[in-house]
Amino acid sequence: MKKPKFKVDKHILTPKHIKISEREKLQLLEKYNITSKELPKILKTDSAIKELEAKPGDVIKIIRKSPTAGVSLFYRMVSDV
Amino acid sequence: MADIFSEFEDRLPQKIIDEIKNSLPKSASDAKVKKILEAAYEEYTIAKVSPGESVGLISAESIGEPGTQMTLNTFHFAGVAEMNVTLGLPRIIEILDGRKELDNPMMEIYLKKPYATGKKIEELRQLALQIKETKLRDISTELSINIADFTIEVKLDKDKMKGIEITNSKVTDAVSKQLKGYNIKDNKDSIILKSRSKESTFNDAYKTKEKIKDITIKGVKGISQVLPVKREDEFVIITAGSNLADVLQLEEVDAYRTTTNNIFEIEQVLGIEAARQSIVNEIFKVIESQGLNVDVRHIMLVADTMCVNGSLKGITRYGVVSEKSSVLARASFETPIKHIINAALVGEVDNLDSVVENVMINQPIPIGTGLPSLSVKQPKTAKEK
Repeated sequence: MKKPKFKVDKHILTPKHIKISEREKLQLLEKYNITSKELPKILKTDSAIKELEAKPGDVIKIIRKSPTAGVSLFYRMVSDV
Repeated sequence: MADIFSEFEDRLPQKIIDEIKNSLPKSASDAKVKKILEAAYEEYTIAKVSPGESVGLISAESIGEPGTQMTLNTFHFAGVAEMNVTLGLPRIIEILDGRKELDNPMMEIYLKKPYATGKKIEELRQLALQIKETKLRDISTELSINIADFTIEVKLDKDKMKGIEITNSKVTDAVSKQLKGYNIKDNKDSIILKSRSKESTFNDAYKTKEKIKDITIKGVKGISQVLPVKREDEFVIITAGSNLADVLQLEEVDAYRTTTNNIFEIEQVLGIEAARQSIVNEIFKVIESQGLNVDVRHIMLVADTMCVNGSLKGITRYGVVSEKSSVLARASFETPIKHIINAALVGEVDNLDSVVENVMINQPIPIGTGLPSLSVKQPKTAKEK
């Protein structure tokens, strides 16, 4: 796959991806009473997080535009495979 | 006043907050605004889906019922100058199955300023031609093999080449780039290919002859048809065939709005979140075009399920269903024997955590009131810690 010249996160289909800190991650897990394994996953190689330099185990916060809620937050854990 | 709203930002969706903000009279006092927000929050909590509700089942019903209407309503637009589009139930199945090869892959290519306005029609035409794929077979009249020395002669269609502005040198360049081990001679009306290896046989020559027919001379690979269309006040190029990665590389293309209906390509180029959004858009487009009404939340749930593991999974026995942890749940979908035998071979354990397997063995199913741990915080067990 060729590397695109444009920024992937500026595309209308791609929502904003933010890498959250370790502290925020713990707060999140605490809030929903879950372990990080139970979060949805995002591949390490995903084009939207290439520039975030995320390692497996990091949690990515995704700010989606939602037709029902306006803005909705979603979290995915970076996974290896 | 801004503080009161920010206080509710975590508790209410942005859209509701904005709505309240916009419809408030200017004279509203802080205390009253707070009261309104409190009331809104209360209503919102009541309206929320309760924990343990079987949302998947509701979604299945809500998408499935209009789906039965759709089958009958599918028809073809005969004689319309638009391109072939898969619509109705076949398209929905195509999306939900997560198929990689679509019946009608399509792209919508948005253009940058000078092209989009359509003031320079000539340039727009040029651009469309530049995107459309021209293969060697499209510009040649005859391909023949000289049996004496196993050279391949490609007779070129000069008129056609003029029409789409291809010169001989362009053809030889493209062929030499995509075909290794051959010397190419330019003979004005034809090009002649000669193998560099001394031990070439007729068979090799024949294989090469078939291969070179599909060499891309000009344009983007995979785009078989282009159609500039005026949409509102700008020109958009609609294509048959899809190649998002290569089209986004083009100078003249507005890369941030150009899309395709091939969700796998979107996943590869733009990531899993874009793929999810595109599933929602594509399904909603079909349902809307049929004049049906399905709440977008059901579609979002399906899209989320397909994308939950970081890569796109269709709702088939190879996709979402194969990810289920329970043997019995997998066996209840399709090919039961295969799943049960494989599970027996590796000694798989079924924890009976989900619905189907509990229905099978006649036990209470963990939904609704059978599932208290979602609304009541249970302390983590020692193992989870």
